[in-house]
Amino acid sequence: MNVTALIDAAKDGILTGSLYALMATGLTLVFGVMDIINVAQGILVIVGAYLSYALSVHFGIDLFLGLLITIPTLFVVGIVIERAFLGRLKGPEKTAMSILVTYAVSLVIEGSLNMIFSVNPVQLHAWYVNKSFVVGGYHFAFIYLAGFALAVVLLSALYYMLYRTRFGVSVRASLADQASAALVGIDVRRVSTICFGIGVAVTAAGGMIYGATTTFNASTSYDLISRLLTIIVLGGMGSLGGAMLAGVLLVFVGNVVGVIAGAVWSTMAYYVLLIIVLLVRPQGLFGKQSARVA
Amino acid sequence: MNRKGKLFRTLGVTSVAAVSLLMMVTASGASSSGPAKGQPVKIGISLSLSGDFSADGQAFKQGYQLWAADVNKTGGLLGHKVVLDIVSDASSPTQVVTNYQKLISTDHVNLTFGPFSSLLTLPAAKAVSRYGYAMIEGAGGAPSVFQAGLHNVFDVALPVANSLVPFAKWITALPKGQRPTTVAYVTSNDPFTQPQLPVAMKIMQPAGIKTVYNKVFPAEVTDFTPIADAVAATKAQVVVLGSTDVPTVSAFMQAFEQSGYTPKVFIATAGPDQGSTFIKAVGAANADGIMVPNSWYGLSAIPASKTMVAEYIKKYGGTPAGVNGDVAEGYAVGQVAAAAVKATGGFDNAKIIKYLHSGVMLQTVLGGAQFNALGMNPKMTAYTFQWQGATGTKFLQISPIGDPNTVKAVFPKPAWGK
Repeated sequence: MNVTALIDAAKDGILTGSLYALMATGLTLVFGVMDIINVAQGILVIVGAYLSYALSVHFGIDLFLGLLITIPTLFVVGIVIERAFLGRLKGPEKTAMSILVTYAVSLVIEGSLNMIFSVNPVQLHAWYVNKSFVVGGYHFAFIYLAGFALAVVLLSALYYMLYRTRFGVSVRASLADQASAALVGIDVRRVSTICFGIGVAVTAAGGMIYGATTTFNASTSYDLISRLLTIIVLGGMGSLGGAMLAGVLLVFVGNVVGVIAGAVWSTMAYYVLLIIVLLVRPQGLFGKQSARVA
Repeated sequence: MNRKGKLFRTLGVTSVAAVSLLMMVTASGASSSGPAKGQPVKIGISLSLSGDFSADGQAFKQGYQLWAADVNKTGGLLGHKVVLDIVSDASSPTQVVTNYQKLISTDHVNLTFGPFSSLLTLPAAKAVSRYGYAMIEGAGGAPSVFQAGLHNVFDVALPVANSLVPFAKWITALPKGQRPTTVAYVTSNDPFTQPQLPVAMKIMQPAGIKTVYNKVFPAEVTDFTPIADAVAATKAQVVVLGSTDVPTVSAFMQAFEQSGYTPKVFIATAGPDQGSTFIKAVGAANADGIMVPNSWYGLSAIPASKTMVAEYIKKYGGTPAGVNGDVAEGYAVGQVAAAAVKATGGFDNAKIIKYLHSGVMLQTVLGGAQFNALGMNPKMTAYTFQWQGATGTKFLQISPIGDPNTVKAVFPKPAWGK
């Protein structure tokens, strides 16, 4: 076995996996607080990528600086989607209905993106996107390191918000039990709306890095959402820590198996892991069994 | 089950079978009769307007539309205005079958043109053959399409198996001191890409170009970095990539650059032929030196091709180098269909199939089209093209050696972005 290739694969897995972790965190946060499965998360990542593309190509704004515009923009987009469609969902069928509603939203967005940007694939370009440096004989790509750093910063901010702020207490209370949270005076609806906005806002960062490392068009979202959903299932629906670990595992396991057994097995490896974990822990790595029965 | 139940069941099954048969017969009848006087002729096409092949699907659509516009300018087909009934299959081999069934049995189209990719053409051709329709197509050149024993499929483009032959001959003809000594083969497990690589290997290996890497990856892979890193680790002087689209080629190029690895020669089976789409994705400077096999390019000297390219640029803008090869393939499908309709004097698919199997030589923007018993167009010549310079406007023919349009190749490939 080629040890260098193995270390390379492991390194790439951790760096790339952190991005998936970031994108999946928004998805699991929304599910945890709102019982909503947002299958539009994939296309919203692509919206983030296209926003960065538009700012870069038409206004010459650097990809990272552009986040100062795209993150708030997608936060607002999230609020609008939540207020217009998801806030109206009630009752025991809410989660199932949310899949249909967000799928419809994703189709509308996909069609709009195809009309605006065409179906031709594009990629984000900047002087640092393809550059790398060497440490100990290993190449480290700037964009992956920057993406990793961005994921760490944003996930840390999310953790700080959840565990060090008053709003975070409301979120965690809603995560644990919405009815009880409402009884103690928490405006669960407001918390839900803001959480959905945050969940969508992180796609701006994920989308920018994704667009700089992958050629994309609107249809790319289908592959993305299938990956993001399996990440939150493996990590445990509603678990932020679980999403982070599973995001890294998704790419790490695939890459390492790819080197050891060949690329043909790399995609399957993650799903084998997923099945094994679900057989042993049906609630996922960090999911709480029956925590959201109410 | 009691007797009564059995009777109802038998009646039910018989009714369904009868209705299905009636639908098939009705549909087949529609294919033979053609449009009434003054009515347009409908051509049914399923294209990948979303999904993995959406860029190719869009380019094919442009080719079909350009052809239809040209035909309609001169009075249509046998006096019938051409109307294209285009539906999207989302790049799905399952959806493409449903689409053609609907186009024939519900929309009652008179002719069918092919979808994009061998992966979709094979199930599509099987579906339309059940209704007796001809499947004239430009993107189903894989051996698997011709080995299916279908009598109704006609591929106007290059049969893909030998696409890399001119490239392999070019590289083996390099003086021994310059000739690369190592090669990496890496391909998607797609019916279009996989058959091409062993043919090239068979030519390059005896010339002393040693294979240092030879792997297949699943078509559904989207993260190519570990695979590209493994190729880069071999330091192969030549990389032959079996790709079906721009994103795959772009991902390998990016990973190679990030690994500090520049092969002396880099050829991809598809992707770099997509003109401005490819340049936009990878950046003009990075494209310098990248090669692709194909049968057509925007600077083709064929008069009909020059006219089509001029029309394309007038409508969509850009340069000849930026015209996607799929556009020409779509246009050529229309030309073959038009010739067949004219020669048979109608829209009877059985007659069209018989005519196209007659060995007649037809002219298209791609060159000559003459079909053998399998529906292959062996007359089509394979070329190798290369992006040259850092402007993304020079897409030139570099082989076969001795062809008057062949120019000197950029060799070795310049460093990325230079």
